[in-house]
This record gives sequence, C-alpha cells and structure tokens, in this order.
Amino acid sequence: MELVLALAIGILTGAGVWLVLRPRTFQLVLGLSLLSYAVNLFIFSVGGLAVDQEPILVDGVAPDLLHYTDPVPQALVLTAIVIGFGMTALLLVIILASRGMTGTDHVDGAEP
Amino acid sequence: MSALVRAAMPHLIVVPILLPMVAAAAMLLLGEGRRPVKVAIGMASALAGLFVSCLLLSWSDTHGVVAYLPGNWRPPFGIALAMDRLSATMLVLAWTLGAAALLFASARWQRAGIHFHALLQLELMGLSGAFLTADVFNLFVFFEILLAASYGLLLHGSGRHRVRASVRYVAVNLSGSSLFLLGAAIIYGVTGTLNMAELSARLSGAAVENRHLVYTGAAILSLAFLLKAGAWPLNFWLSPAYSSATPPVAALFAILTEVGVYALIRLWTLMFAGGPLAGFGADAVLAFGVVTVLLASFGVLASQSASVQASWAVVVSAGTILSALGMRDAGVLGSGLFYLVPSTLASGALFLLVDVVRRWQAGGTVVDEAPFLNAALETEDLNLDDEGAPLVTLPFPASTALLALAFLTCALLLAGLPPLPTFLGKAGMLSAAIGPLAAHANGSGRAWIFVATLLASGLVVLLALMRTGIRTFWTEDAQRERPRVRAAEGLPLVALLGITAALVVAAGPAMEFANDAARSLFDRTSYIEAVLGARVRPSPTPVAR
Repeated sequence: MELVLALAIGILTGAGVWLVLRPRTFQLVLGLSLLSYAVNLFIFSVGGLAVDQEPILVDGVAPDLLHYTDPVPQALVLTAIVIGFGMTALLLVIILASRGMTGTDHVDGAEP
Repeated sequence: MSALVRAAMPHLIVVPILLPMVAAAAMLLLGEGRRPVKVAIGMASALAGLFVSCLLLSWSDTHGVVAYLPGNWRPPFGIALAMDRLSATMLVLAWTLGAAALLFASARWQRAGIHFHALLQLELMGLSGAFLTADVFNLFVFFEILLAASYGLLLHGSGRHRVRASVRYVAVNLSGSSLFLLGAAIIYGVTGTLNMAELSARLSGAAVENRHLVYTGAAILSLAFLLKAGAWPLNFWLSPAYSSATPPVAALFAILTEVGVYALIRLWTLMFAGGPLAGFGADAVLAFGVVTVLLASFGVLASQSASVQASWAVVVSAGTILSALGMRDAGVLGSGLFYLVPSTLASGALFLLVDVVRRWQAGGTVVDEAPFLNAALETEDLNLDDEGAPLVTLPFPASTALLALAFLTCALLLAGLPPLPTFLGKAGMLSAAIGPLAAHANGSGRAWIFVATLLASGLVVLLALMRTGIRTFWTEDAQRERPRVRAAEGLPLVALLGITAALVVAAGPAMEFANDAARSLFDRTSYIEAVLGARVRPSPTPVAR
C-alpha cells in the first residue's frame, strides 16, 4: 500500500510540476491542482497508513497509535483541501480576466 | 491605564486578529456607495488596532513572552497564540503601515475598485495572526488569509498590467503554499507536533531521530518563507507585482515581504538556534541573503521607474535581515531588527511619495490604465477625482521643496546614511559582525562578506535613488504647476517619515529593545516555557438547575 501511495504522489507531483512550467494558463491551473492533490495525499500519509482503524477513541481499546489512525493529518488535510479549492477558484477568475483583457491565454499576457 | 491593561491581558493578544475581522464583516454589509462610512470604520479599526499593538509592545517589554490559549486547551493540544518582543514590533509596524495606506487610499485610490476597505482589514487580520500564532499549521492558515486578501488588493483597480502581474503572483504563491504544506507535514511526521514551542523542546532533546528528515522538512518549509521574503532566486515575481499594484496597496505590501522574514526568524531560532541540530542552514540563509541584497541593489540601479525602484528597495531590506539572521549572532540580529522597522516604513513611504510625484509630473491627472478610469468606461462613481473634494493643502511656494525633502529622506533611509535610524541599524550590524568575529580567524570570512555586502548595497541604492531624485526634482520645467497634495495624502507620508525621525531620538531604548528581542529569540527557553506553561482557565461552574 505504501508503494502504491508513494507512486501516486510521485506521479501527481511530476505531472503537476511539468504542467506548472508550461506556458498556457489552463495548463497552469491543472498543474497547480495536481500539485495540491499530491500534497494532500502526502499530508494524509505522514501520520502513517493504517487499515481499518479509527481516528476516534473507542471504549476498551488502548489509546495509542498502534490501535488508532492519527487524526491530526486528517484534520490538516481537510483544511488544506478547502483552502486549495478556494484559491484555485480565485486563480480561474483571474485567468479568465487575463484572457479577456489580453486576448491570449499565455501566462505572460502576450504571445512570445 | 496600566491597571486596565493588566485586567485585559492576556485577552488583549487576540484583539489585533478579531478587530479587523469584525470591521471587515461590518463593511461587507455596507453598499459600495457609502465609502465615507467605510473609511470611518476602517480608520477606527486601524487606530484601535495600532493602539492595542502599542500596548502589547510595552507589555512585551516588561513581561517577555506571553502566551494565550484561544481554545482553552492544555498545551500542546489546541492552538496557542504567543507574543514576544519581535511579534509585538511586527504588529505595530503592520498596523502603522495599514493605517497610513488606508488614509492615503481614502483620498482617491479607494474609488478605483470595490471592497478595498474590507480587503485591507482582512489583510491586517492575516498579518496579525501570522505574527501572533505559535502553531505551524495555524501559521499556514494565516498566511493563506493574508495571501487571499493580497490577491484581491493587488487586483484593486484592475487593468491589464495588474491582472498580468496577478496571474504570476497567484501562481507563485500557490506553489509556495504547496511547499509550506509539504514542509509542515514532514515536520509533523518526524516530530509528531505542530506546536512551535513543543517542536523546539523536542528538537533540543539529546537524540533526535531521523534528523535528516527534520532537515528536509525545515528546508522545504523555509523555501516557502524565502519565496515570500523575495529571496534570490525566487524573487522575479516581486517587482512587477508590487510596482503595478495601486500605491497604497504597494505600501502595505512592504510588510508582506517582512512576514516571510519574520516566519523564517521565528522557526529557525526555535528549531536550530541551539540543541543538537544547532546552526543548520545558517550558511545557506546568509548566502541567499547576501546574493539577494546585491541583486536587489542592482535592481534599484537598473530600474527606470521609481515604483520599480521602491519594490527592489523592499527586497534589499528583506535580504539584509536574512543575512543578519544567517550570521547566527544575537547582536547582529538585534541591530537587524532595529533596521527592519525604519527600512520597511521608508519603502512604504516611497511607494506613496512616488504616486504624489507621478501625478504632479502628469499635471494633476491620474496616469492609470485601470478600465474604470478610462474616459470610455468611466461612470460617475468611479472617477478618482470626482466629488470636487476640497484640496485642504493648497499649493504653496515650498511644496516642491517639501516633496523633494521627503524623497531625500526616503533615499537616505533606504541607503542607510546618518543621521537616520537605518544608519544606526546598519552600523550596529557591522560592529556586531566585525567586533567578536575579527578576533578569531574562525568565521571571519562570513563577517567580511556580510560587511562588504552591506556597504556596497548602501552605495548602489544611494546612487540609484539620487539619480531618480535629480531627474525628478532638478529638471527645470517652468510650465509645471506646483504639486498639490491633499491632507489625507500628506498626513500618512509625514507620519511614516516622522516615526523614523522619532526612532533617531529614541534610538537608545529602541536599540536596547531590539537587542533584548534578539537575545530572547536565541535563548528560546522563555518562549517554550511561556507557551507550554500557559495555564488553562477553569470553566465557569455550571449553575445548579
């Protein structure tokens, strides 16, 4: 499972970085989105991966991380997802405004 | 007064965050046509925030680090706020620039777009939160608040230049946020905590497991801060963004760069000022700082436009503090913190001054390509100079001379020449760097690089700004009218430059304060004890039914 997750994070990051470096604004948006997915998965994984374990205490189970999954990364990733979503929406609006004002979708606002 | 403050502490710490939030919420309820009310609310909030920040500053001087638990959870659970001398200084600086920008914008620039005042308050909220928080992830959240508000403020006035600069600004900062999250996640994964004080305490332990992961996490995290601080090579987005922003916004952005510097100082001193991992990355910070200062100085020299020069001057200031941090010495950092205040105020003032000068050179008309200001699109509401607002300050014979004098003051401040406070800060940094280090051969190379950089950048900045000054004020143009400055525009300029003058008069106590701030940063124990030792307040006993 660790290997699959690590590969997924790696592929998402690689694709995201490549797209961010591309000259068109749509590629920029997709790249930043992929990067934020990769980061979110990464945050989710830093607490350690656990199958079939709960983040909330249950009666009769010793309260340590051997028996539970770490709840903090889950809380962090939730915040990060919300913020990333809002920022992507804002970026889309700015990019549309840029497209309308400059007549091109190049990130420099002019064709090279 | 002091009894009142004593009763209100530590709750007063949370005021600089809550006050602008409430003010911004109130402004959103008002229509865009009721700008005078918004200015009144904004000014009331800004002055109250400035007042509270000053109270906090004097409190921090006598009580050191003060922690506050907004959620009343026992530390390290929950999120803690903590205020020490450095964060109180940054608070006062942010609110001063905020009040000045607000007053300046109320003269004309507020009409260039909508929701200016609400965004400004949210920006101040994000800044205050970033300076006060004692939690790494909470720092991220406040960074995002201030960034989100800054995206809106940068776009204020719209127009092709601003939108184009915004695309890059937003893209760069979104990538920076990803780096911030990665770094914070790695550090949480290794140490199991996000509370800065507990993080520091755990890293001071004898054996730190996975120290290379700590290094990796800290390096990625500091990349995010260096990006905000405009450190080379991550600063090419900065001058297009700052110089195309409306002038009051650009003046406020001068403190935005120092947020990155602040965050780096805070986390570096807490993680690496002592303990088994001491000194990690100091050489890199020094190298980045030195290259940044040199590059930005030549940026000032190479720019034709005064607002681009002002943007590079902001980077010079941030780079100087970065190199001071890289020297790993409380004396150097103390003088660096003293230097930070007047240099930030001066670059903010320069942005405002450039706007006044530019309008004067254009014969009183606004030179701005904002679509709302074009004749074709202009509506009655959005003309910057409608309403026939009376010019409180009429042109008088010396007005050109006063404007030139203000420019000269800014130039001398940014170059760091006597008798201005930036000179005292620079002299303090130089003597602290040379004094002890020149005695031993060990480490003296770093000191000499630092000294040479500071001196060279002062010279280059001075040359560049003098050239601009000569071209602006000494070129004879008999046709040109005398400059007209509104009271709302002149007042913030006078106030910002007046504070730097006051810093010369009060240089002794101010320098002592800055040195105390730097010493307590390197000491760390007071911060750890204050945050981890913060007491939970007992819940009020439930009344028997």
